[in-house]
Amino acid sequence: MNSFGDLRELYQEVIFDHNRKPRNFHALEEATHRADGHNPLCGDQLTVYARVVNDVVEDVSFIGHGCAISTASASLMTEAVKGMPVAEVEVLFKDMHAMLTESHPDRDLGKLEVLSGVREFPARVKCATLAWHTLHNAITQAREIAKTE
Amino acid sequence: MNAIAQGTDMTIEMAARVADFPILGRPVHGRRLVYLDNGATTQKPQAVIDAEARFYSESNANIHRGVHWLSQHSTDLYDQGRERVRQLLNAAQVEEIVFTRGTTEAINLVAASWGRANLNEGDEILLSGMEHHSNIVPWQFVAQQTGAVIKVVPVTDDGELDMGAFSQLLNERTRFVGMCHVSNALGTVNPVEEIVRQAHAVGAVVLLDGAQAVAHQRVDVQALGCDFYVFSGHKLYGPTGIGALYGRRELLDAMPPWQGGGDMIHTVSFERSTYAPTPQKFEAGTPNIAGVVGLKAAIAYVQEVGLEAIAAHEDALLQYATEQLAGIPGLRFIGQARQRAAIASFVMEGIHPHDLGTILDMEGVAIRAGHHCTMPLMTRFGLPGTARASFALYNTREDVDALVAGLHKARRVFGLEERSA
Repeated sequence: MNSFGDLRELYQEVIFDHNRKPRNFHALEEATHRADGHNPLCGDQLTVYARVVNDVVEDVSFIGHGCAISTASASLMTEAVKGMPVAEVEVLFKDMHAMLTESHPDRDLGKLEVLSGVREFPARVKCATLAWHTLHNAITQAREIAKTE
Repeated sequence: MNAIAQGTDMTIEMAARVADFPILGRPVHGRRLVYLDNGATTQKPQAVIDAEARFYSESNANIHRGVHWLSQHSTDLYDQGRERVRQLLNAAQVEEIVFTRGTTEAINLVAASWGRANLNEGDEILLSGMEHHSNIVPWQFVAQQTGAVIKVVPVTDDGELDMGAFSQLLNERTRFVGMCHVSNALGTVNPVEEIVRQAHAVGAVVLLDGAQAVAHQRVDVQALGCDFYVFSGHKLYGPTGIGALYGRRELLDAMPPWQGGGDMIHTVSFERSTYAPTPQKFEAGTPNIAGVVGLKAAIAYVQEVGLEAIAAHEDALLQYATEQLAGIPGLRFIGQARQRAAIASFVMEGIHPHDLGTILDMEGVAIRAGHHCTMPLMTRFGLPGTARASFALYNTREDVDALVAGLHKARRVFGLEERSA
């Protein structure tokens, strides 16, 4: 454990990298799906865009503003789901939700594992789940703005 | 003795008060708790904790019910609590004090009772751009029900009320003015005497939200001349779930009840009921008796410490905090009003307030990060939120130093600063 102790469990280097340089951070003109997400507790706000063709997420992006955890989670999410069939995205959404809130799923979630430390910081769980709820709403065509409740 | 030396003396005197607050002795994440979230709620001195516990151990019975001794005893304690609040605010009559669950309920009471009875289509409700949601949303309800219109006094870049705009917005249609005495998000102390004077000149009724004021300065509702003044006990070192509304007697007497039930009635039949006089008319149901007893103890505590001494201590601490925080690279204060009370609100370049909150928390430093229930104000400053350190009588320079050290650590965690810096 380094001098930052438990904080490094939460703020891993990958998270800083994605916070500083979020990937797929733009609106998507050819989007077939989009949804807005809002965390009223801290004011985090984002919009997730997806282009779904033949039940595959061909492209995905986001815009908005938030803390390091919410920005990195959104950025990592867009990398993970690009090119993924919608059905798999839904499984990943459930697994991510489990990893962030309850217990780790049976399978390894690859690069997304850097977010697993969030579970130890209950006040920050909603920061990490916001983008995922918003993507879920977008691709399931939910009309309401995603909340982290 | 100059002001700073005097402030230092006050600081030393107040440091001894830390021992009155048992929670300040507990560690958080293995660190000494540095509690700087007093704008959200203050900690409670042992005297308040004991008063509530003693009430349940020795005095508990329902009030206004009783031929039995304990009920009369409990009623006496409740009435003494009302008298204490009257003293705190220097109201002319004890009947002008109505107990509520807190500031929010007190404003809702005024909006539902006075507002619905007195506002009509086209009447104007004048609020400020720095109001807490609790002094916005109840008026939106009333505006929807009555056709009254809400107007908003803008806030300057320094976080002050734009008094020129205030004067211009006031007109013969303005029936109600609702303003915070002290801004919970910025610490701005508003020129409430002038607000009341100008509002009364056009015949408007004025409510002052004192939630952030009563713990930090002496309040005299007669000197202010306001029509309503509201506050919460829990921001005054008292229990949660208890607060009070001050209302001028003529206004309260003319207002209809807002909740019906026991204790607020004179007689009841299925044909018609008659109501109890002010203030019981507004206190339906069994009230928070233990809360009133705790609030009474809290007021006694701050009066014993002295509100002038508390104000001097907090002013010196805010000045010290402002100097120390200003030395942190990338830190920008939000709200630089000439008159401020006990609150430092800021943002840090490259670190979101929520991340600051988490990193400080790991150091045992509790601050508030977010919009502070003032979303319109955050929008006005183009921010999703701020980090807010808010001070109380038990805070010390060491607490400020811990905050500053924690902010430097946050900068190191985010790679914005080297360890040696």
